[in-house]
Amino acid sequence: MSSETLISAKDLTVGYNVGKGFFDRTVLKAVNEVSVEIKRGSFFGLVGESGSGKTTFGRALLKAAPITGGAATFTDGQVSYNLATLAGDELKDYRKRAQLIFQDPYAALSPRMTVRDIIAEPLEVMKLTKTREETDARVREIAAKCRLNLEHLRRFPHAFSGGQRQRISIARALVSGPKFIVADESVAALDVSIQADVLNLLKQLQKDLGLTFLFISHDLSVVAHTCDHVAVMYLGRLVESAPTRQLFAAPRHPYTKALFSAIPSLDPDDRGSAQKLVGEIPSPLNQPSGCKFHTRCPNAIDKCRTIEPTLENPGDGHAVSCHRWRELLGAETTA
Amino acid sequence: MTSLIDVENLTLSFRTDEGLVTAVDDVSFSLGKGEVMGLVGESGSGKSVTAKALMQLNPGNAVYDPRSKITLHDEGREVDVLSLRKSAELKIVRGGAISMIFQEPMASFAPAITIGNQMVEQLQIHTGMTKAKAKEISIEMLDRVGISDPSKRFDQYVFELSGGMRQRAMIAMALSTNPKLLIADEPTTALDVTIQAQVIDLMKDLVNEFHMGIIFITHDLGVIAQTADKVCVMYLGRIVEEGPVREVIRNPKHPYTRGLIAALPRFDDLDAPLTPVPGDIPSPLERPTGCVFHTRCREIIGDVCKRDLPENRWVDPSHRVACHLHAKTPAQTEAVR
Amino acid sequence: MLWRRKATAGVDQAAKEAYFTASQGQLIWSRFSSNRTAMIAAWALVLMIFMGLFAPFLSPYDPTIAGRDEQYENGPPQIPKFWDENGFSWRPFIYATERERSMATNFRWVITENRDERLYMQFFTRDWDYKLFHLDYDLPGKAFDVDFALISSDIHLFGVQGGQIHLFGTDASGKDIFSRTLHAIWTSLAVGTLGVFISFVLALIIGGVAGYFGGWIDSVLQMITDAIRTVPSIPLFMALAAFMPDTWSSETRFFFISIILGLIGWPTLARRIRTHLLTERTQEYVLAAELSGAKPGHIIRRHLLPSFTSYIIVDLMISFPYMVRSETALSFIGLGLKDPVNSLGALMQNVSKADVLLNYQWYFIPVIFFIALVLAFVFVGDGLRDAADPYSDTKK
Repeated sequence: MSSETLISAKDLTVGYNVGKGFFDRTVLKAVNEVSVEIKRGSFFGLVGESGSGKTTFGRALLKAAPITGGAATFTDGQVSYNLATLAGDELKDYRKRAQLIFQDPYAALSPRMTVRDIIAEPLEVMKLTKTREETDARVREIAAKCRLNLEHLRRFPHAFSGGQRQRISIARALVSGPKFIVADESVAALDVSIQADVLNLLKQLQKDLGLTFLFISHDLSVVAHTCDHVAVMYLGRLVESAPTRQLFAAPRHPYTKALFSAIPSLDPDDRGSAQKLVGEIPSPLNQPSGCKFHTRCPNAIDKCRTIEPTLENPGDGHAVSCHRWRELLGAETTA
Repeated sequence: MTSLIDVENLTLSFRTDEGLVTAVDDVSFSLGKGEVMGLVGESGSGKSVTAKALMQLNPGNAVYDPRSKITLHDEGREVDVLSLRKSAELKIVRGGAISMIFQEPMASFAPAITIGNQMVEQLQIHTGMTKAKAKEISIEMLDRVGISDPSKRFDQYVFELSGGMRQRAMIAMALSTNPKLLIADEPTTALDVTIQAQVIDLMKDLVNEFHMGIIFITHDLGVIAQTADKVCVMYLGRIVEEGPVREVIRNPKHPYTRGLIAALPRFDDLDAPLTPVPGDIPSPLERPTGCVFHTRCREIIGDVCKRDLPENRWVDPSHRVACHLHAKTPAQTEAVR
Repeated sequence: MLWRRKATAGVDQAAKEAYFTASQGQLIWSRFSSNRTAMIAAWALVLMIFMGLFAPFLSPYDPTIAGRDEQYENGPPQIPKFWDENGFSWRPFIYATERERSMATNFRWVITENRDERLYMQFFTRDWDYKLFHLDYDLPGKAFDVDFALISSDIHLFGVQGGQIHLFGTDASGKDIFSRTLHAIWTSLAVGTLGVFISFVLALIIGGVAGYFGGWIDSVLQMITDAIRTVPSIPLFMALAAFMPDTWSSETRFFFISIILGLIGWPTLARRIRTHLLTERTQEYVLAAELSGAKPGHIIRRHLLPSFTSYIIVDLMISFPYMVRSETALSFIGLGLKDPVNSLGALMQNVSKADVLLNYQWYFIPVIFFIALVLAFVFVGDGLRDAADPYSDTKK
């Protein structure tokens, strides 16, 4: 493990017991043996469709979803926590260091508290400040960083638009001075004209406060613009992981390629060139054998239906989990 | 191209606890037969309210300005949509000549009735055909929208289908009565990108086959670029720009349209900084005076923007924009006052 | 409210700020106060509560048999006048009455007014002794007996000089129906309050535990709740009525009935609290608090309780008329409070005789008050329910 790794997950698995009766021990594996390393100060993107397990993975790293297999470690200076067994005082300390920014700026703020109280709540719960004055000073400091109007702290959330609410949500996540932030679809619910503003703010805060982000999104174009490293998930599995430029320049997994190609092009004359995937993501309760993607893969062969590929890392930092990626890469370059 | 529906000076407000809130302000457009129009705008732009007005689907606290006029040209008839009151007359615009599909397909199917029965019932109401005939057409339609094993799906309930299949079933139901106009309200927003691509493809095929007009409501300019012939860009209840899709996307005239396009993250240049439209969308309670966009405009040219509502100006025969930048000259506007 | 002015007319900054900084309570009040039906009902309700609260002061005569007017049995209402054929008077007056029974009247007592003899109304007269805010329960077991009064007095709002005034007439034993009605409102409200309070406490504990912890605890509690809901109420009431010994005083019966109503009324409320908790618990802002390391106590106090206090107030308001109605129904079918006690149900029981329908229609006056009371509660409850969720439409 390199010294600059902040979060390291090894074969992390999150399973839920969804059996209907006492003897029915059906387990839904929302996240299935996922290994990633998130470098300190990086903006790590996690991409996938609904049902891919990306949200569960993010929550597991925050101890908000149960880790049922594998290991995850958080290393920050002298502190090193094993997330699978974290509890008690150590968990309390970890809560200060890792926080979540939600997707829905409406559901994430209690409508019954003023903005000041919302942002101050983590400070009060974690007893990070001793006096009310100290709390107020800290709230104002972080609110200013998130470009909130300090005169609006007395207001209730109903006074704010989506973008402003998301900035309040960000301020609450940052007020305890965390090092690691999980941003779960944090701009998906925002209007396009506001989305860029919040993304820029996140980037700015990362630089100013030395934060590390796990940025979960379904939107490849947003990820391409914000993240340094991108991992793609499909049905609980990591299918591809690479530095952003490398991934976008030459995606290796057929699923990643299909995701790219499905993004509607802004060019009205570029219609119908997209490579379309057939079918839909299978239910996690009824997972296909072999490669999870073979039911929709245009390049699937018999081997894909029976043997599940492992994540290969050919040494250039661009890992992929596909039996045929080399072959397909060759075919594309010759074509 | 003969016109299918003409909307003139549509102005609509809602009575709320906080007073009268303007949702749509002086919107005019017309749509030809077989034409696909994109209606783009962000939350609060009034795009859905505008579309619902075409079917009189807005809630009871909606107040239409008397100047508003919506005319539907349906097989030689001219229907004044806003004057329809009786439910028998409203049938013409609700499911008859106009059908609508929604973002959330669950909302348009009754949960306890099979998909087939709902399609048959709708067909019987609007066409008066026999039950057997209606069933035959419904299954044919389900097949047409790419639902595998349609006769089995016919007897299923909507919760038994996956998200993409639900969307297809809703499209099948909307098209089975053979409407002249289809209103699609964010039909792909709740879908994953790979499914969205499938649904967009399907809709393009259906337009070619059925030649109905489509009003495609979305906030996603990429979806518009892929589907529409022409675009109306709405902001705070007003159409700020209208034109052919290539013109509007490649050569936008209104600062808002330019801002929207610049705010989109693009793949061709990953290093290009994202440029948001500055500021926030004003709350409906604080509607700006003058040009509605002046509070966020980067190209504001002075007091005229804050004071006067810009007139629609045709920059070429099919492309109009409501912005003082494109008035003859700002000075002339001043002189007129 | 200030911010209700037309938005387009240019809301001034202070009013806007008032709206933006308005708390939940203020938003609810602003909505509620703009609902005219609910406001009228609220005023009517307040008026009736005060009438009940100060019933002894407002009623000229003792509503029990001690205050009967032997000379005016089954007497019609007497309406004070300022003016008649004999001229105008600044003081309101009624006429003296006489009654006679003879062959000519079929041996019934017939009351006639003597229009020449005026009885003038007096205010702040002294009559029977009473106690305000009086608690006197003679419960089984000495230790539970309560006898407490805040004010003792014998001053009443009005009376007449040299006779008695019966605004709503009298009943068969000469008791003043006006005084009885006022006391009955109080009794019914008290039974309702006690019943609602008991069911509320039970519902809060049972529904709260089920909703917060979920899982098997929830399942077990739901089974119990459902079991209680399936108990048919009338046979249960009859069994309980049979159980109540005749030796119990009317106050004890009254107390007992309130407890029964409370014990039966909680499941609906408990279920609503549970459902609300279950949905509110999965809200993202609750998760946000959990991720800050907040303990269950903090989450319940800071997030969950405030999120449903408004619903609880509404639920209480709406369940109140059911309590009043149940008490009335019980008393009406003879299982609850019996005639000497003044409850709306007991008064309504008198109405069920054919003689009353034909000859003594003023017995119906308490029924009007009963309907007004229930309607007031229902309208206030509805108004509160509409106003209680000021955030319901902000998401659109």
